[in-house]
Amino acid sequence: MSKPLIFNIQKYSVHDGEGIRTTVFFKGCPISCQWCHNPESQSYKKELLFHKSRCTSCGECIRSCPERAISYVGENHDVWTDRNKCTLCGTCLDVCVHNVREEAGKEYEIPELIKELEKDKMFYEQSGGGITLSGGEVLAQDMDYIEALVRRLHDKGYSVNFDTCGCVPYDHFKRVLPYADTFLYDIKLMDPELHRKYVGKDNQLILENLKKLSDDGGKINLRLPLIDGVNASDEYIQEVIDFLVKNNIRIYKTNLLKYHSTGSGKYEKLGRPYHGENMGVPEQSWLESVMETFKKNGFADIKIGG
Amino acid sequence: MADRGMNERVQKLRKQSVETQATLDMERARLFTEAYKMYEGTCSVPEVRALCLKYYFERKKLYLGKGELILGEKGSAPQAAPSFPELCCHTAEDLHVMNDRKIVNFKVTPEDIKFQEEVLIPYWENRSTRHKILEHMTPEWKAAYGAGIFTEFMEQRGPGHTVGSEKIYRKGFLDRKAEIQAALDKLDFLNDPEALEKQSELNAMLIDCDAIMILGKRYADLCREEAEKTDDPQWKEELLLLASNCDVVPAHAPETFHQAIQMYWFVHLAVTTELNPWDAYSPGRFDQHLNRFYEKDVADGILTRDRALELMECLWVKFNNQPAPPKVGITLKESSTYTDFANFNTGGITPEGEDGVNEVSYIILDCMDEMRLVQPNSNVQISRKTPQKFLKRACEISRQGWGQPAFYNTEAIVQELLNAGKTIEDARRGGCSGCVETGAFGNEAYILTGYFNLPKIFELTLFNGYDHVSGQQLGPQTGYAKDFKTYDELWAAYKTQVEYFVDIKVRGSNVIEKIFADYMPAPFLSIITNDCISKGKDYNAGGARYNTNYIQGVGIGTITDCLSAVKYNVFDNQNFTMEEMIEAMQDNFEGHDRILNLVRNKTPKYGNDDDYADTIMKEVFHLYQKSVTGRPNMKGGTYRVDMLPTTCHVYFGDVMMASPNGRLAHQPVSEGISPEKGADIYGPTAVIKSCAKMDHLSTGGTLLNQKFTPEVVAGEQGLDNMADLIRTYFNMDGHHIQFNVVGRETLKEAQAKPEEYKELIVRVAGYSDYFRNLDKPLQDEIINRTEQSFGGCC
Repeated sequence: MSKPLIFNIQKYSVHDGEGIRTTVFFKGCPISCQWCHNPESQSYKKELLFHKSRCTSCGECIRSCPERAISYVGENHDVWTDRNKCTLCGTCLDVCVHNVREEAGKEYEIPELIKELEKDKMFYEQSGGGITLSGGEVLAQDMDYIEALVRRLHDKGYSVNFDTCGCVPYDHFKRVLPYADTFLYDIKLMDPELHRKYVGKDNQLILENLKKLSDDGGKINLRLPLIDGVNASDEYIQEVIDFLVKNNIRIYKTNLLKYHSTGSGKYEKLGRPYHGENMGVPEQSWLESVMETFKKNGFADIKIGG
Repeated sequence: MADRGMNERVQKLRKQSVETQATLDMERARLFTEAYKMYEGTCSVPEVRALCLKYYFERKKLYLGKGELILGEKGSAPQAAPSFPELCCHTAEDLHVMNDRKIVNFKVTPEDIKFQEEVLIPYWENRSTRHKILEHMTPEWKAAYGAGIFTEFMEQRGPGHTVGSEKIYRKGFLDRKAEIQAALDKLDFLNDPEALEKQSELNAMLIDCDAIMILGKRYADLCREEAEKTDDPQWKEELLLLASNCDVVPAHAPETFHQAIQMYWFVHLAVTTELNPWDAYSPGRFDQHLNRFYEKDVADGILTRDRALELMECLWVKFNNQPAPPKVGITLKESSTYTDFANFNTGGITPEGEDGVNEVSYIILDCMDEMRLVQPNSNVQISRKTPQKFLKRACEISRQGWGQPAFYNTEAIVQELLNAGKTIEDARRGGCSGCVETGAFGNEAYILTGYFNLPKIFELTLFNGYDHVSGQQLGPQTGYAKDFKTYDELWAAYKTQVEYFVDIKVRGSNVIEKIFADYMPAPFLSIITNDCISKGKDYNAGGARYNTNYIQGVGIGTITDCLSAVKYNVFDNQNFTMEEMIEAMQDNFEGHDRILNLVRNKTPKYGNDDDYADTIMKEVFHLYQKSVTGRPNMKGGTYRVDMLPTTCHVYFGDVMMASPNGRLAHQPVSEGISPEKGADIYGPTAVIKSCAKMDHLSTGGTLLNQKFTPEVVAGEQGLDNMADLIRTYFNMDGHHIQFNVVGRETLKEAQAKPEEYKELIVRVAGYSDYFRNLDKPLQDEIINRTEQSFGGCC
């Protein structure tokens, strides 16, 4: 059993399901949304985040790098890491006195992870909260590990939510279904071509899985990221509703997630380009009209925000 | 912004209260000095004190503002602050400082200064208790005090913050006279060697009953006179009602809701005029005390909920009209608040142990929400039995971002009081006053004696007891940093130093206590505090049923991180040597980037639910708690600890060089039991878990600040989460939690443009204050407190 990488364990997470929760962010995702605000979640490998504002160009990392992957560039002597040469050995992390680099991706033994998650159990009990497994994509990790983890958490009586993009073999859902509380399930676009353009894959598997999950009795909290310039239109909303109604998909709750650009800075830290410049935040009044449309079609519990 | 207040009357009164410039009021000093000159030497000390109060109430200028429904001011008008020269006599320079300072100033006239110089200073300079106290302190005490190892509350004020009980509303002062007379009649001059002292004290109480009744009678007369003069029929009718209220209280027990509030206010004025000049008297469990009047008046058809709210809002204005008396010397220069620390505890449980929330509780919440004043400090007690509706209503007010109400844990309070030897009923009647300090309301003298600088003592420990900031040997010679070969050796040295300074502090406090017992009795306060009458003893001499002295520990976050930095880096992992660390401290970490990075970013810290650091916190706490708790005081009670700073963490940091945890020289130390600024990186649940590892129940109160951005607590779900956070902390025996819900950017802008943020109120420590009234280091400190803000992932 190989251990997946975890890039963050977020306590007091209050937007990923009921109550006060701890969210585990697994690293690695089968799709890559252009608007993703956690770009470090996409790769299945460890990565280094580079906090440029902290760097003083002292050169300590350049001198110590065994792969000679780090060098000065430009007239300001900016420090640059050749990520092709870098083997993530961690030497530069140890020598840097300004904490410029941050390693994204850590392995946990299951008992060790559970111990960390149980720290906030009194908060879960009080608030009706629990644990959310997210990512990246939690269901695109080593499924022996994930199944063992969720089964143990379930046996201990914790509510475990899965925050998923749905783009995984349906078998992965089946393995965790007996132990899962709620699936926070994203629909991003209905048009397969646009889906491929913005997300990197078409949406057939995602939509099929949603239907199967509903048929198998999964508790589904639908989440719709809405982005001006991508999918914030009345037509798209109608398509989503038509799909849900036609396939008789049971949704217990819907969240309209307003796009926000807080992740853009992380692309720079990873040394990657960001394609979200033309994406905008939808108007509040439009979001409210979407809420009304959903209500009219019989979807009772709907909310703007997480 | 629109004027606050439920109607035009309240809006007018509130506006006047908020906009009136504070002044120094010489009338009390003048009349008390006249009375002292007349009576001193002619009778016992308690009787002199009582005669002074009576002399003052017979002659003081009465204030009667149009539209007021509650009568009485401590000075001659709203925002006029009397001084207490018998406690501490201002120098002429003090008067200039208080007049000239930019914030929290008091206007002083040239005549005032002349009077101070020609009359007050010559008479009081060598007679004030402050003078007596400083004469009796040892050189060791003075050196430690001067270097900021500890502070001393009673050096310039009366033993602080007492809280009233339902006793105030049960009887009038005529009835009290009969009770006191009965105690006098029972004195046993044949067998009791203290009979004469008791007689003096009880006689003084009789005089004080007359004093407060004279005040009431004068107000009744004044209202009738004004009613004759006025052409306004409504005001005339109201004046006659106020006059008839004053015919009943304070001589007799109140009969109506309105009279009960007036009764409280008369008592408040008498207590805070007699002696208690800073850390005001508090109504405590006001909702419990007033509910029976409310229920009866509503049933009788003479009171509506709106009228009750209006009366409550008029009382709020009265509290806000009383700025804390100006301090003297360095304390005056450092003090940045008008707040007098009167404290309401709304909610909680009844003496029988049932849920204590009633209709008056909600009226008080509505009142604080509407009035939004820094005084009184309005807080709530939350018990397991408290309805969720009440908790959420309190959260709703708190999240608006001005720091009130703070939340106290009823079960923790009760357990703390039981641990300190109170009966279960007395414990349930108790609560918190000042900031977070636990007391048995109406039954206990619980005195704050001063703050204790835990991180500074660690600094001395690293230098063989020598203080490099003040340049003197302060502590015992327990070795230099490099001499400690193990963490245990270092710890043993720190323990010796802490115990040494606790000894010095307690010795000083015991002497001060005795000076107050002998020279500054408080016979009025003794009338309304159990069991002073039956014992024939003064509140300041052990007359109360329970007597506790608190020493408030400051900087637990900083000291924990300092010890963790040394243990983790020097002893456990050999990342650097003790010599290297000392050099870095002495250089304020300049040129020591590696060490600074290690201690700041790569060392376990308190506030992250990390047992490495939290275990150290528990050890420090136990060391301090055991060094203090159980030592006898001079009133038959014992010393206990509180963990709160007010604003002292700024001063305590200012007297320190850089610390091993990366805190730079002269920066504030951590406040309350909160983590060091920026040390907590895993959010509020981790902070709460770390804080809950402290044994709160063995203290007399702890203070935890949480800062949120508004988005985190927005909406119904935000409210639920806030309520759940509080409940969970209290399930883990946390004592108190309070919230600042203001974005960092807003605070920074308010700092740059104070004129545009005149109304911005923030939580400082156990109280709220106008942001513009705080000096810059404290503003910076609040801006830098870790702000909890979390988004989700979509």
